[in-house]
Amino acid sequence: MGDKNVLEIRHLRTSFFTQKGEIRAVDDVSLDVPEGKITGIVGESGCGKSMTARTVLRLLKYPGKLVGGEILFDGRDLTKLTEKEMAKIRGGEISMIFQEPMTSLNPVVRVGKQVEEALRLHRRLPAREARRQAVAMLDAVGIAEAEKRAHCYPHELSGGMRQRVMIAMAMICKPKLLIADEPTTALDVTVQAQILNLMKRLRDNGTSILLISHDLGVVAQVCDTVYVMYAGRIVEQAEVCELFDHAAHPYTRGLLGAVSSLGSGAATLETIPGVVPNLLHLPAGCAFSLRCGECRADCAGHLPELRECAPGHRVRCHRIGEVSA
Amino acid sequence: MLLNIAKRLAQALLVLLGVALAVFIMLRIIPGNAIITMMGEHADPVIIDRMTEELGLNEPITVQFLRYLKGAVTGDFGTSYSMHRSVSELMGAAFGNTVKLALAAAIFAWLLGIVSGIIAAVRKNGLLDRLFMGVSLLGVSMPVFMTAMLLQYVFAYLLHWVPISRVTDWRGYILPAIALGWNSAGSIARLTRSTLLEVLQADYIDTARAKGRGQLGVLTRHALRNAMLPVLTMMAVQLSSMLSGAVICETIFSINGIGRLAVQAISGRDIPLLQGTILFSTALVILGNFVADSLYAVLDPRIRRGSES
Ligand SMILES: Nc1ncnc2c1ncn2[C@@H]1O[C@H](COP(=O)(O)OP(=O)(O)O)[C@@H](O)[C@H]1O
Ligand SMILES: [Mg+2]
Repeated sequence: MGDKNVLEIRHLRTSFFTQKGEIRAVDDVSLDVPEGKITGIVGESGCGKSMTARTVLRLLKYPGKLVGGEILFDGRDLTKLTEKEMAKIRGGEISMIFQEPMTSLNPVVRVGKQVEEALRLHRRLPAREARRQAVAMLDAVGIAEAEKRAHCYPHELSGGMRQRVMIAMAMICKPKLLIADEPTTALDVTVQAQILNLMKRLRDNGTSILLISHDLGVVAQVCDTVYVMYAGRIVEQAEVCELFDHAAHPYTRGLLGAVSSLGSGAATLETIPGVVPNLLHLPAGCAFSLRCGECRADCAGHLPELRECAPGHRVRCHRIGEVSA
Repeated sequence: MLLNIAKRLAQALLVLLGVALAVFIMLRIIPGNAIITMMGEHADPVIIDRMTEELGLNEPITVQFLRYLKGAVTGDFGTSYSMHRSVSELMGAAFGNTVKLALAAAIFAWLLGIVSGIIAAVRKNGLLDRLFMGVSLLGVSMPVFMTAMLLQYVFAYLLHWVPISRVTDWRGYILPAIALGWNSAGSIARLTRSTLLEVLQADYIDTARAKGRGQLGVLTRHALRNAMLPVLTMMAVQLSSMLSGAVICETIFSINGIGRLAVQAISGRDIPLLQGTILFSTALVILGNFVADSLYAVLDPRIRRGSES
C-alpha cells in the first residue's frame, strides 16, 4: 500500500431504469487505480465495464443513472460535483478513449483541430501554440508526417491511425488518469500490439491508466492489476501474475480456459457453458451460479462476499471460502 | 469532385432544354390565336397576316424554337403581347419583388425553423418539443392560401397592424413573408430536430463530452456542424422554389412578382410572357437543386475529398 491511488471507486452503483425494471449495470463496484500503473477491468461483453468507465466521467445517457457510491479522484468525490465542475475534469484531468475509432472522431472536423480542442478548452492556449502542441502529440503517438496528418479528416486515416489520434486527443492535456475502453478491440492484431505498446509507454511516462477489455490476452500483456467483472460485479481481483497463475473464481478460470483453447485452435465457446445472463433476472446470490460447473445448492441463494484468499487477491465465491475454511 | 459538379451541371442544362421544348410545344398546340387575342376579334385580316409574319408565327415550329432558344441564351425572350414590353424587362422588374419576398420568407422560415428545431431536439419529449412539433405539423400541413388569408384577417383586418395587400414599404412584406415561409419553417424545424437527435447519439458526441465540452459547446462545435448538412440542402431547395414565383402568395397580397406575372400572362394569353416566366422559374428550381446537391459535396469532407483519397 505504499503507492498512492489516483482513483478510488467505492461501492459504485449504476442502473438503467427501464420499463421492465431496474438493470443493475454496475453493482457495488469498488476498485483502485494506483498512480503510474495500468489497472485492467476484464469480463465478457455486457458485464458493465463500459458503464463503470462512463460513470467515472459521469457520461451516462438516459435511462442510465448513478445510484450510489463514491468516486474519489484527487481528494474529491466526483459523484458530488456539478456538471460544470465535471466538465473541467473531463479531458483535462481524466480523459477517455472509446472502442470505436471509426465513429468516435467528428467526421467534419480536421483531426488536428480535434486534438487541440481540449488544450484550447482547458488551458486556453492561443491557436498557434495549441496547434504546435497538437502536432507534437500526434508525432509522439507515432503518427508519421504529423504536420500533414493534422490537416486530414478522420475518413482519410486508417483505423489504427484514428485510434492513435484518439489517444493523442486524450493525452494532450497530460491527464492524471486515462480511461481506455477497449481501445484495441476494433483493430487488427498487429495494430493492436502497437497500440498496447503505446499504452505501456504512456504508463512508463507516469500516466495512470484504467484499461478495459473483454480479452484476457490484452490484459495479460499490459496490466499491473486486474479486476474481473461479471454481471455488474467484481468477482475477482489480483496482481496480473497472481491472477494468471492462481485464478480462483470459476469464471476467471473459464476465461483463462477460453484464452488457452483459442491458442490451441479448439472451439472456444464451450469453455464457459451458457451465455451472460439477462441482468433483469439475476439470482439473489452468485450471478455466475447459472453457468458454474462447481455450483452448490445454496450458491444462487445468497451472495458471496469479496474475500481475500491470498495477499492482494480477492475473490467472490462460496467455494473458495469453503476450501480455505 | 469537380468532375461530379460538371456532370450535374450538364444534366441540369439538359433538363432545362427539355422543359423549354415541352413548354414551347404545349403553348403552340393549345387552341386560340395569339394575334387575334392581341388585336381583338374584329381586327383587319391584312394586319393579322402582317403581324403573324412579323412575329415569325408562320414559320415551321422547329425554326421558331431554334430562334427562341437563340434569343433566350442572350436574354431575349421576345415581346409581351399584352403589355407590349420586352419579356426580360418585365421579368426583371418582377423578379426584384419576388426576391424581396423570398428572402424575407426564407429568413423568417429558417430562423424560426432552425431555432425551434434545435430547442425541440435538446428538450426532446419536453413541453417545448411537443409545442414546437405540434405547431410545425400545422405549418407543414396548412396550404399557403389559408395561412395568407388567416394572417390577413387577423393582423390586417381585425388588428390593423399592417396594410391589407398593399405593399408600400417593408411592412407590407411581413404578412406575405410569414404566409410563404410558414410551410418551410415547419419542414426545417422537423428536419433540424430529427437530424440533430440522430447526430446527438453519435459516438463523436461522447468524445466531445469526454473532452470537457459543455452542452452548448457540444451542440455548436460538433453536433450542429453535422446536423446542418441535410438542413442546408433543404434550405437551398426551399429558396429556389420561393424565388421561382410564389404564385398564390403574390396574388393574394398583390405583390408584382414573377408568380403574379405568370398569372397575368395566362389570363392575357400572352404566350411569350408565359413562356418566359415558366422557363425562368424552371431554371431557378433546377439551379436550386443543383446548388443543393453541390452544397452537400462542398460541405461534407467525406464527399468533398472522397475522390482524392
Ligand atoms: N441504454 C441501455 N438501456 C438499458 N440497459 C443498458 C443500456 N446500455 C447498457 N445497458 C445494460 O448495461 C449492461 C452493461 O453494459 P456495458 O457496460 O456497456 O457492458 P460492457 O461490459 O460490454 O462494456 C448491459 O448488459 C446492459 O444490460
Ligand atoms: Mg463496452
